[in-house]
Amino acid sequence: MKRPIITVEGNEAVALVAHRINEVIAIYPITPSSSMGEYADAWSAVGKKNIWGTVPLVVELQSEGGAAGAVHGALQTGALTTTFTASQGLLLMIPNMFKIAGELTSTIFHVSARTLATHALSIFGDHSDVMATRSTGFALLASSSVQEAHDLALIGQAATLEARIPFLHFFDGFRTSSEVNKIEQLTDDDLRAMIDEKLVHAHRARGLSPDHPYIRGTAQNPDVFFQARETINKYYEACPQIVERAMQKFGKLVGRDYHLFDYTGAPDAEKVIIIMGSGAETTQETVKFLEARGEKVGVVTVHLYRPFSVEHFVKALPASVKVLAVMDRTKEPGATGEPLYMDTVTAIQEALDKGIAPFEKSPKIIGGRYGLSSKEFTPAMVKGIFDEMGKASPRKHFTVGINDDVTMTSIAYDPTFSVETADTVRCVFFGLGADGTVGANKNSIKIIGEETPNYAQGYFVYDSKKSGGITISHLRFGPRPIHAPYLVSDANFVACHQFNFLERYDVLKYASPGAVFLLNSSAGPDEVWDMLPQEVQKTIIEKKLRFFVIDGYKVAEDTGMGRRINTIMQTCFFAISGILPRDEAIKSIKYTIKKTYGKRGEAVVKRNYEAVDQTLANLFEVKVPDKVTSKLTVHPPVSAQAPVFVREVLGEIIAGRGDDLPVSAFPVDGTFPSATARWERRNIALEIPVWEPEVCIQCGKCVFVCPHAVIREKIYDPSLLKKAPASFLSTPARWKEFSDQKYTLAVSPEDCTGCGLCVEVCPAKDKTQVGRKAINMTEQPPIRERENANWDFFVTLPEIDRTKINVGQIKDASLLEPLFEFSGACAGCGETPYLKLLTQLFGDRTIVANATGCSSIYGANLPTTPWATNHDGRGPAWANSLFEDNAEFGLGFRLTIDKHLEYARELLPQLSKKIGETLVDELLTADQSTETGILAQRKRVQLLKERLAGVNDAKARDLLSIADELVKKSVWIVGGDGWAYDIGYGGLDHVLALGRNVNLLVLDTEVYSNTGGQASKSTPRAAVAKFAAQGKGLPKKDLGMIAMAYGYVYVARVAFGANDQQTLRAFLEADAYDGPSIIIAYSHCIAHGYDLIKGLEQQKLAVQSGFWPLYRFNPALSAQGKNPLSIDSKEPTIPFEEYAYNETRYRMLLQSDEQRAEALMKLAKKDVQSRWALYQQMAAMHYDGGNDAKE
Amino acid sequence: MVDLTTNYLGLTLKNPLVASASPLSQKIEIVRQLEDAGVSAVVMYSLFEEQIIADSLRLHRDLSQGTDSFAEAMTYLPDLTAYSDLRQYNIGPEVYVENLYNLKRAVEIPVIGSLNGITNGGWIEYAHKIQEAGADALELNIYNLPTDPEMTSSALEDRYIDLVRSIRASIKIPIAVKLSPFFTALPNFAKRLTEAGVNGLVLFNRFYQPDFDLDELEVVPRLVLSSSQELRLPLRWIAILYGRIPVDFALTSGIHTPEDIIKATMAGASACMMASTLLKYGIGHAAELLAGIQSWMEVNEYESITQMKGSMSQQAVAEPAAFERANYIKVLSSFDFRYTP
Repeated sequence: MKRPIITVEGNEAVALVAHRINEVIAIYPITPSSSMGEYADAWSAVGKKNIWGTVPLVVELQSEGGAAGAVHGALQTGALTTTFTASQGLLLMIPNMFKIAGELTSTIFHVSARTLATHALSIFGDHSDVMATRSTGFALLASSSVQEAHDLALIGQAATLEARIPFLHFFDGFRTSSEVNKIEQLTDDDLRAMIDEKLVHAHRARGLSPDHPYIRGTAQNPDVFFQARETINKYYEACPQIVERAMQKFGKLVGRDYHLFDYTGAPDAEKVIIIMGSGAETTQETVKFLEARGEKVGVVTVHLYRPFSVEHFVKALPASVKVLAVMDRTKEPGATGEPLYMDTVTAIQEALDKGIAPFEKSPKIIGGRYGLSSKEFTPAMVKGIFDEMGKASPRKHFTVGINDDVTMTSIAYDPTFSVETADTVRCVFFGLGADGTVGANKNSIKIIGEETPNYAQGYFVYDSKKSGGITISHLRFGPRPIHAPYLVSDANFVACHQFNFLERYDVLKYASPGAVFLLNSSAGPDEVWDMLPQEVQKTIIEKKLRFFVIDGYKVAEDTGMGRRINTIMQTCFFAISGILPRDEAIKSIKYTIKKTYGKRGEAVVKRNYEAVDQTLANLFEVKVPDKVTSKLTVHPPVSAQAPVFVREVLGEIIAGRGDDLPVSAFPVDGTFPSATARWERRNIALEIPVWEPEVCIQCGKCVFVCPHAVIREKIYDPSLLKKAPASFLSTPARWKEFSDQKYTLAVSPEDCTGCGLCVEVCPAKDKTQVGRKAINMTEQPPIRERENANWDFFVTLPEIDRTKINVGQIKDASLLEPLFEFSGACAGCGETPYLKLLTQLFGDRTIVANATGCSSIYGANLPTTPWATNHDGRGPAWANSLFEDNAEFGLGFRLTIDKHLEYARELLPQLSKKIGETLVDELLTADQSTETGILAQRKRVQLLKERLAGVNDAKARDLLSIADELVKKSVWIVGGDGWAYDIGYGGLDHVLALGRNVNLLVLDTEVYSNTGGQASKSTPRAAVAKFAAQGKGLPKKDLGMIAMAYGYVYVARVAFGANDQQTLRAFLEADAYDGPSIIIAYSHCIAHGYDLIKGLEQQKLAVQSGFWPLYRFNPALSAQGKNPLSIDSKEPTIPFEEYAYNETRYRMLLQSDEQRAEALMKLAKKDVQSRWALYQQMAAMHYDGGNDAKE
Repeated sequence: MVDLTTNYLGLTLKNPLVASASPLSQKIEIVRQLEDAGVSAVVMYSLFEEQIIADSLRLHRDLSQGTDSFAEAMTYLPDLTAYSDLRQYNIGPEVYVENLYNLKRAVEIPVIGSLNGITNGGWIEYAHKIQEAGADALELNIYNLPTDPEMTSSALEDRYIDLVRSIRASIKIPIAVKLSPFFTALPNFAKRLTEAGVNGLVLFNRFYQPDFDLDELEVVPRLVLSSSQELRLPLRWIAILYGRIPVDFALTSGIHTPEDIIKATMAGASACMMASTLLKYGIGHAAELLAGIQSWMEVNEYESITQMKGSMSQQAVAEPAAFERANYIKVLSSFDFRYTP
C-alpha cells in the first residue's frame, strides 16, 4: 500500500503513531505537548481506531503526576499505555517513572522537550526537562525532525515491548513539535509489521490479575534491595541492540535508515560535532555544505541517548577525528560539563580502555551549550563551532548563539554564513494574530506540500501578548526535502500584513536582494511610497525589492470577511510568487477553503471565495522611486522618558532585538522592575472610548470593568486645569464631599485594546438619542495624538486621598489608583478586572502568589510587567513559582509575614525605651481595619524607623529590617480553575485547612484557558471543551461548597458583570477576615466562544439562570450566632439554556450531536436547580455558631 | 355525519385544521401527536436562509476567535469536524431537509415545507431540496421589512413576483405564499402572484414586533401569542379575495375556537392554520376544536365544509360594503344603529 504524503506538525506526526498503537492514553495539557493529547482525544471522540480495531481510551487527569500514576496503573494491569508531556509536567512524572522503569514496564512517553522554569518560566524548547529524567531508568530516544519523530515513535514502541525498558521519546518543543513539514505517513500495516503480537500478549500477561495474582511493589531492606536493583542490568545491556534491530527492521520495511548514532560527513573528518534533537539536522546540513567545500567535518546524531552504548557510539566516529565538540541543549550549573558532554568524555575514555575506539589517542573534547529556550541554532553557529574546534585551544565549555560578556563563554560566528540553496524559496509573513495570517500560511503549506511535487516547511513565531500580538510565519518550499530547523533570514518573499508594523519593526531585514515585498496598505500604489518610513524606503531601494500593495482590509470589508484578510493575502502570495499557475493556485486555495471551513456552512465558504475572487483586481505593483523621500521615521520602541533599564533592555525586546542583548543586560536572579507595561504603548485599538461629560453620571462602572485599566477617573482641584491641553475635558464632580472639585474620565489611547466593555456597561444614555452613551467607541487614528496629550496630562493629576472616600461603594472604589495596568491579556478579558480591583483596594500592601496560567503570562511575560507602583513606590509584589504549588507558595508568604510580625511585636516592648512607650503602644494596638488606620500605622512605622536609625543595637537593627511588617499585609494567592480545581487542589485544600490569613482568588474560566481550553473539573456539564470534545458529561465541581464545609473559611462566589457591588464587598470582606478566604470569580473567556463584548451580559445571564449563584459565606457571622451564608442573587428567572446557548462551547454540541446535547442540557438544568435548592436550604438553616479559624 | 374534507393546494385534507409553521414541527413525535389529534396537514417550521448564514458565520467567528495568535493556544475550542470526514455541523439546509424527509415517512398527513430565503440562489436551491425531500407543497415567506425610503412598493412587488416566477419554474410541487397584511393594493398583488404560478395564499404572516424597555432604554423583541382578536384582519381579506383571485386560501393568525374555524371557512379559507392555540392549550386541543366544528355544523345543519366555504365572502353576503367599512366612526355608527330601539 502506498504511504500517504501528509503535511503536518511534529505533534500530529507523533500522535498519529501513538494513538494507533496504544489502548489507554492518560493526558494533561502542557505547552508544547498539549496538541498531542488533543489529537488523541479528538480522534477517540470521533471513533478512530487503533491497529487492533478498537478505539483507545483517552483520559484527562488532574496533573501530570496524576497522568503518570494512571499510566503506571494501566501498564501494571497490562494495557498498552502512553502519555504526552513536557517540562515541569515531565518532572511531575519522575516519581512514577522510577517505578515504571524499576518494574521493567514497556511503555513510551512522548515528550516535546521544553525548558524547565528556573529564573523564569519559558514555554520554549530545550532538553533540560529530558535531562532531568536521566536517572529514572527510562531509555531516552531523540528525534531531530518531524519525519523522525513520526518514525521513532513507532521504533520506540517496538523496542520497549522487546526490551521491557520504558522509553521516553523526545523531540524539540516548538522547533519540531510545531514545525509543519511534508512527511510520509506510516500505514497501519507498517505499524502491525513493527509491533510483535507475542510481545503485546507478554506485556498483558505480566499485568496484575486476581486470576494469577502476585505482589509488586514490596518494601525491601538493606539486606536485599541492592542485589535486587542490580537484576535489571542485563536488560539495559541488551536494549541498544534491540533498538538497533528495530531500526534495521524499520529500514527494510519503510526505506528510512536510522541507527543509534548516525554519522554524517567526511569519512576522514577531523572535527566532529556530537548533538541530538533538531540541532542535529542543522548540523548535518551544514556539514554537507562544508564537506562539499572540502572541509573535513562530520556530525554524530544521537538517537538512543540512554542506555548509552559506548560500542555503538565509537563505531559511529571516524578514526580520523581529532576534535569533538559535544553540544548540549541544556545547562547544569556547577557540573563539570553538560550531560551529553560528560557521557561522551566517559565513553571515549572507556572505549580507549577497552580498545574498541577507532583511534588510539583520545581526540580533544569540548562541550558547548546552545539553543536554550528555543534560541536559534543556525548553520552560521555550526560553522562557528567548527571554527572554534580548529583553534589551538578551543574553549572547553562554551556557549553559542548569545553574547556572554560576563563570563565570556560565547564563541563568535559569522551570522551571514548560510547553507540555503537557490532552489528553496523562502518567505516571511508578518501578521496580526487576529488577521488569520498563520492559518492561511498553514493552508498554503498544505497546498504546496500536498498539491504540488514540492516539499514545504512552515514555522510560526508568536508574540507573548494575547491581544493584538504579532505573528511571523517562516515558510520554505522547494523540490528537495527541507531540513532547515531554523528561521528564514534571507527571504525571497516578505509580506507585511499590517502597515503599522513598518513603524515598529525592521520587517525588511528578512528580505534578500531582489526579493518581493508585499504590503497590506490602505494607500494605493501611487500614494503608498510617501507613507513609508525613511528606513523602509531606503531598504527597498538598496535591496532592489519588487514592491506590491493591496488594500486587504477593503477587500475583506467588501466581501463580508470583517478583519480577516487571510485568504486575500494568501491569494496575493500565490499570484506573485508563481509557485503554481494562477488558475491552479486559485483552484487549490478554494479547495482548501472548502476543506477547512466547509463544515461550518456554505456562507463561510462563499465569503472566502468572494474574497479570493476580488483580490487580484486590487493587487498592484508599486513603481519604486530611486530616492528616499519620506519625512517619517521608525518609532523608538519606548519613550525617551522611560527609565534606563526600560529603554536599554526592555525596549530592545519590544523592538524585536532581544536576541542581540548580552548577558550583562540581565538581572542575575530573574528579578525585574514593576510598572513597566506603561512604557510599552502597543497602539492596537482601531476604536477607543471617548467621553461625553454632559451625559456621564460618574458612576465609575466603566472604570471598574476595564480589563486593561486604560479608562480612569480622577477628582481634582479646578486650579490644576491651568496647564491642561485645550482638548482636555472636565466637569464638576458629582460627589457631595467634592462638590467644589472637577472630574475627568480619561482613556489611554495607545494602551486601549478596543474591547468595548466600558461602553457596554455604561448606564448613562443621552435623553435625546439613546444610542449615544456617556462613552462611545470612536475611530482611534484621527484622535490618537490629541488623546495621548490628554492622557499624559491626566496622569500628572494627583490620585484621590484614600481616606476621604467610601471604598465600599463602586463609585468611590473606581477612583482608587489601579496597580495592575495595560497587561497583555485578551481584549475584553474577564479575569483582569478582578486583579485590577484587588490592586485598587489593597495594592500598596499586597503580595501576590500567582499560579502558572493565563494570569502569570499576561502578568509577567516579558518584555514588560503590568503590576505597577503608586507615587510612593509601593505596589503589589508578585511572584510565580509553579502551577501546582501556588497555594503553598502563597502560604509561605504568609508564614514569613506572620513570623516577622510576631518577632517585631516581641522586639517593640524590648526596645520601648529607645522608641518611646507611647509609640510602641500605638504600634501594637493600632486599628488597621480602615484606610485611615493603615495610613496612621504607616506614619508610626516611619517614625519608628527614624528612631531606630541611629541605634547601635543588634535588636534595633533587627527590628528595623522587619519594621514594615507592622503595617497590615494582604496575601493573595491567585490562579485559574486548572490550578484551583485540579492540579493545585490538594495544596489549596490544605492551605485553607491551616486557617492562616490568606486570600485565594480563583479566576474561574471553567477551562485551562492558557493552553487553549482543555476541560478542568470546573467545566460545566453540557459544555464542550478540549479533552471533553463530546460535551462534559458530569457536573462542575462545587469548590465553594467544599471550602464552606470547613466552617472557618470565608467563601464568596462573584461575577463582576452581574453584580459589581457584591464583588467589591466580597473582596473587602475576604481581606478583612482574619483567616483563609477564597473568592471564586466568574471570568468570561475567549474559550467560551462568543464575542467578549457580551461578556458582562453573559455574566448577568449566568446569574439570572441560577447557574452562577452569587453568595458570601462569612464565618465572622457565625461567631454572632448568625447563618454565615448570604445568597446575593435572586431565584433563577431564566432557563439555563437561555444563558448557555449564547456560547459556542454549549451550542456547538447542539450543532453536532443534538441528541447528546439535549440529554446533557437536561441534566445540566437539574444541576442548576438542585444546587440552588441546596444553597437555599443552607442559607435558611438555623445556625448555632460554627468552626473557628483560630485555635 | 358531516363532511369535513377540504382541498388545499391540490391536496385533499381530511379537515381544514392545519398546524402552521412553528417549533411544534421540530420533533417527529409531536407531529405524530398532532396527526393523532386530527390535524389534517402540517407546515414544517421555516427554513430560514438568514438563520443558516448567521449560524454559519457565528460558528466560524467563534471557532476562529483567538486562533493561531498565541504560542500556547492555537485554538480554544475542539472542532471535531476537523478530525473526521463523517462529522458535520448541523448548519445548512441539510438538517431541515433531513427532518422533512424523516417526517414525511413518519406521518400520513401531508407535509408542507416552509422557506424564508434572502438570496435568489438560496430560495431556489432550498426550494429544490425541500421538493426532493418529499414535501407535498411549499410555503414561501417572502416578506422583508422595507426601511429604505428609496424603495418603492412597485419595485418591491416586482422583486417578489420575479422571485416567485423563478421558484415556480424550478419546482413542480404546489406553492403557497404567506403574505404580510402590509401591501397597499393587496388584491392586485395577490392577482399578480397567482399569475406568476402560485397555488395558494396564506393570510397573514405574524411578525415579532419590537417593544421598548423603558428602564434600559432599549429596543427589545417581544413574542406575543395570537388571540382571536387577530382573526378579523385575515378574515376580511380572505372574504374580499375569495372568488376574485383563483387560488386556495389559508387563514393563519387568531384561530383559537371552533367558531374561528367556521368563520374562516365561511370567508373562503380552504385551510385554517394554527400554532399559538396549540402551544397554549396543548396538542389535544386540536381534537376539541374538530369536535366543536362538527357539533356546530350538526346543530346548524351544515353538511360539509365545501358547502360552507366562501358562504360569507364579500361576493356572497347581502351587504358587500360591510367589508369595505374601514374607519372607526362607521363601526361605531353601525353599532349604534343596531342597538337603537
